[in-house]
Amino acid sequence: GLFVWRLKSAGTGHTPCHLVHLCRVASHRLITFQYFNFLKRMYVTQYNKDLSQRAKPKSDPVVSPFHELQQLDQEKKAIHKISPVSPVHQPWPETSRRKELREVESAAESEASATAVRAEPKEDRQWKEMKLRLDELPGILARLSKIKLTALVVSTASAGFAMAPVPFDLPCFLLASLGTGLASCAANSINQFFEVPFDSNMNRTKNRPLVRGQISPLLAVCFAASCGVPGIALLTLGVNPLTGALGAFNIFLYTCCYTPMKRMSIANTWVGAVVGAIPPVMGWTAATGSLDAGALLLGGILYSWQFPHFNALSWGLREDYSRGGYCMMSVTHPGLCRRVALRHCLALIGLSAVAPALDVTTWTFPIVSLPINLYISYLGFRFYRDADRSSSRKLFFCSLWHLPMLLLVMFTCKKSVLEKDDKNELRGESHGRAVEMRLP
Amino acid sequence: PPAQSHSDWIGPPDKHSNLRPVIFYVPPEESPLERRLREARQENQACNQHFWARHNRAFRQEKEEFIYSRLKAKGLEMRDETGQKATLNAEEMADFYKDFLSKNFRKHMQYNRDWYKRNFTITFLMGQVALARALRWLRWKKKNVE
Repeated sequence: GLFVWRLKSAGTGHTPCHLVHLCRVASHRLITFQYFNFLKRMYVTQYNKDLSQRAKPKSDPVVSPFHELQQLDQEKKAIHKISPVSPVHQPWPETSRRKELREVESAAESEASATAVRAEPKEDRQWKEMKLRLDELPGILARLSKIKLTALVVSTASAGFAMAPVPFDLPCFLLASLGTGLASCAANSINQFFEVPFDSNMNRTKNRPLVRGQISPLLAVCFAASCGVPGIALLTLGVNPLTGALGAFNIFLYTCCYTPMKRMSIANTWVGAVVGAIPPVMGWTAATGSLDAGALLLGGILYSWQFPHFNALSWGLREDYSRGGYCMMSVTHPGLCRRVALRHCLALIGLSAVAPALDVTTWTFPIVSLPINLYISYLGFRFYRDADRSSSRKLFFCSLWHLPMLLLVMFTCKKSVLEKDDKNELRGESHGRAVEMRLP
Repeated sequence: PPAQSHSDWIGPPDKHSNLRPVIFYVPPEESPLERRLREARQENQACNQHFWARHNRAFRQEKEEFIYSRLKAKGLEMRDETGQKATLNAEEMADFYKDFLSKNFRKHMQYNRDWYKRNFTITFLMGQVALARALRWLRWKKKNVE
């Protein structure tokens, strides 16, 4: 049964993993905001900011973001415009209202002087009770664990699982995905716990739960522990110890190495790239139980992809990084930033070519993937040469669809397990295994 | 915040530091542990506020000075004919960003160390307070049952 299904799936290319890829592609079109790996990227693009704002639940009546957007054009006007609007929304006594108006004015001023145009929600300017509301908790925890990013990490891990040259094992796949997801939630929560004052000062991250006081630091740490411990335990006991060890190592690397290093040295980008490369390796080891060359290749592809992705993005955030005290290549070594991005775009071409040599894919993969790899390398070259906002944006947005497409192509070009010489032997083996699976 | 509230209140971001101020609730029977926690949080808030307000103000000021000096070197005024504020493009600002970051590096290192220490202390105290409260509640429950 399992064997037949495997045959079918290899032929048609439709498996849960494939679907995951498709979903991922679809979600990328809509949500380009937080992406793909354990790395915490300070993403600010106006477009994305608006999307994320819309995604948040708003308890306030319709406040007309347009109203506020217009205000941002002229600094002085903003202050006057907000004052008449705010009393409508204030149920507070007189004294606090006056204070509120002052806060609102100062908020408007700081808003107006900000470089990014954004629609700040009205509720942001009110005083809020610091009490945990249970009905808000799921949303808060989702934002604390960066759930969208976690979902993308899990899909990279499942890509690694799918590419492993073993018959597809659904329970193992689910356990590995769940474990990876929990580990990612834990890591992201700890990251936010460490970065509260810095997040407050960066445009994109200032609406995080800890910054807004929606949840206490203690609860954040408890949540991280209650995700991380079961997650790693699940990986170690339910999948295999190697995957568990990789998961634990990745959490450590992200929270204790990458997060502090962001403020100390530009080497953080390389550490972060490793963090992003580990999930597919975890997926692979979950399937095979060992660290093969194929796993490292997949990790290498993701490692190389991080650089054009992040370097292009960070190009537009130099002001926020500089003010926030983050040591990023785009600020301190702009030439290096662009060189590295280009270098790794070209490395992607090389790595794709190595794939058939390691029996991960057939020889069709380097050929089919060449157009997209060449395109991203071309954009990388343009970024290298022009070093301006438009080329960095082009490269960034390209990286967003490039990776899912590359992984998709890789999967469809995957070297089938059946193409090995001992076909019959394998058939018997898998069939045996399938029978074993049936038994409870 | 209303007078009869029993919890802390958090406000909108401060103009200079971008941090949200918190008004702490002082319960009538505050234990020494709870007082230590509240004072630690207040101290943390004050330190953060002081650092970031000063830092952001310095940033804004130095940015203005940089823009002014660069415009002057180019022979332009701060505001052009239409009255709009003249700005430099991102490439020209890049020099300033790089400079500012390296100048403030040591300041950031010091602040990071302090922040991490304070953050851990506060969270640990929160844990202790939560535990103490839980034990107190259990004891009260037991007394009521008897």
